[in-house]
Amino acid sequence: MNELKAFQDKIRLWTLKQLYHLGFGHYGGSLSIVEALAVLYGKVMNIHPDRMHEEDRDRFILSKGHGGPALYAALAAKGFFPYELLYTLNQNGTKLPSHPDRNLTPGVEMTTGSLGQGISVAVGVALSLKLSNIPSYTYTIVGDGELNEGQCWEAAQFAAHHKLHRLFVLVDDNKKQLDGWTKDICNPLDFVEKFRSFGFWACRVNGADMEEIDEAIQEGKQQAEKPVAIILDTVKGQGVPYLEMKEDNHHIRPSEEDKRAIERAICELERKCQLEEVSL
Amino acid sequence: MNLISLPMELEEKEMRQVYAETILELAQKDPRVVALEADLMSSISTNKIQPLIPNQIINCGIMEAHMMGVAAGFSLTGKIPFVHTFAQFATRRAFDQLFVSCAYARLNVKIIGSDAGVTAEHNGGTHMAFEDLGLVRLIPDATVYEASDSTMLKALLMQSHQDYGIHYIRTIRKKAIQLYHPSEQFPKGKGKLLREGTDVAIVASGIMVAEALTAAHILSSQGIEAMVIDMYSIKPIDRDLLRYAAEKTGLVITAENHNVIGGLGSAAAETLAETYPVPIYRIGVREQFGQVGKVDYLKEYYQLTAKDIVAAVTERMNERKK
Repeated sequence: MNELKAFQDKIRLWTLKQLYHLGFGHYGGSLSIVEALAVLYGKVMNIHPDRMHEEDRDRFILSKGHGGPALYAALAAKGFFPYELLYTLNQNGTKLPSHPDRNLTPGVEMTTGSLGQGISVAVGVALSLKLSNIPSYTYTIVGDGELNEGQCWEAAQFAAHHKLHRLFVLVDDNKKQLDGWTKDICNPLDFVEKFRSFGFWACRVNGADMEEIDEAIQEGKQQAEKPVAIILDTVKGQGVPYLEMKEDNHHIRPSEEDKRAIERAICELERKCQLEEVSL
Repeated sequence: MNLISLPMELEEKEMRQVYAETILELAQKDPRVVALEADLMSSISTNKIQPLIPNQIINCGIMEAHMMGVAAGFSLTGKIPFVHTFAQFATRRAFDQLFVSCAYARLNVKIIGSDAGVTAEHNGGTHMAFEDLGLVRLIPDATVYEASDSTMLKALLMQSHQDYGIHYIRTIRKKAIQLYHPSEQFPKGKGKLLREGTDVAIVASGIMVAEALTAAHILSSQGIEAMVIDMYSIKPIDRDLLRYAAEKTGLVITAENHNVIGGLGSAAAETLAETYPVPIYRIGVREQFGQVGKVDYLKEYYQLTAKDIVAAVTERMNERKK
């Protein structure tokens, strides 16, 4: 777990460094998926930068494409490309656009960003693998706001019908979307109940607790028929208390005060990462 | 030169039967081929082949948007999905999914839009796509075909299977008028010169090809020799053949079962404007939605008949570029 904790801290650190360097971006929903990405890329998924053409690798699709910076940080930490590339986020001609593009970035399996679409693609991948008798797992992270999109529920119904038990839908339930609280904009009610009623095995875990996420995935893997939905109880800006508390934290153009807080968070994480490196 | 003799006759097989037979042939030959449907299998006859290739046909239910995503997922894992639904669902309804998940992601997806234009008949305005060619033509690097008979439909499906990328094939479901010998080839980016002529060029696609040939026959009896081109490859379009037609005749009439904006007429006009501008008139649907009716009634209503082509030609003969 210590190693995984170090991996997670690197992802959070580089998510912040990227966005800070760029000057603005989707801090909120990138930080809320750091633990989930750390568990997937650091422990659970059978993938390796040198073996991305092997058909029995596990797949990950970031359906909530605006979390791109966190995915890029995870890919860099996993060794897909040097950390320095992260400073090119959203720069002219970059390989790291705000929303992931499979044709630009090493390790990115699918182009996403138009919400609701990545989950369908993940379902298509999972079904295709199943029909080909390839026992790989397909993981996708969708946003709670993204679940406004009807297409997500088409995908859910279809996944359960086809008994895609190697499909894992992780819901980043950070309670907010661009314009405010999800419950105020279009109340999603209970995601666990909803996914269960769509034929999933579903549970809710603390999305900031990697052990809980990991345990839920291991338990989900025991399913013989049902696809798995893990609702991650998260907050936007997760892991950076100042950003967690900030009211308007979906997309942030930092004020001077914000900048100082983000700089402090970066310094703290850098120290932590250095210590972790020494102790490992 | 006149490759097709009149009177023309309906084919023995419906287009849908040929679609299903071709999918079966492709699927049996290539395990990567998968047919995706959205609850219109019995409309396109793939229900008949499903028992033979159960793992290569997926009925997605009435989920066109999701179906495009599933197609993208299949392509990501190296499969070759053939996605069928009615033309308006394949394009108008699921356009962003087709655009982003399939095309922008640079995946390999074949889309078949059936019940082209007025052939949606009794399904009426909600189901009648006069916009599908225009929508797909806007997608970078998409290939856009309209099949005019079953020989062509089969050939276009076979070559799309071999050609990585986004292909949209527009077709009718029922019987087409027979135009081609089974050995005929239909290369991408080419048109078929079906009739030579010196006075006007009629450039048509789909069900309008037969109307164009009939119109040419009528015009010939009036002393006007019309060239007829089946421009099945709407994107990329045959620039050389269009230029040849314009240079030789000085007047181009396009004819399509589609809105005059966005489809064959637009493609031909844009191309000629850049290469060899001549007067051009587009036969097609103008500022109208679809409606219920028999094909013959609808063709009359939207002025998509040989008679309308003849009238357009005779009205404009004096505008020809000399």
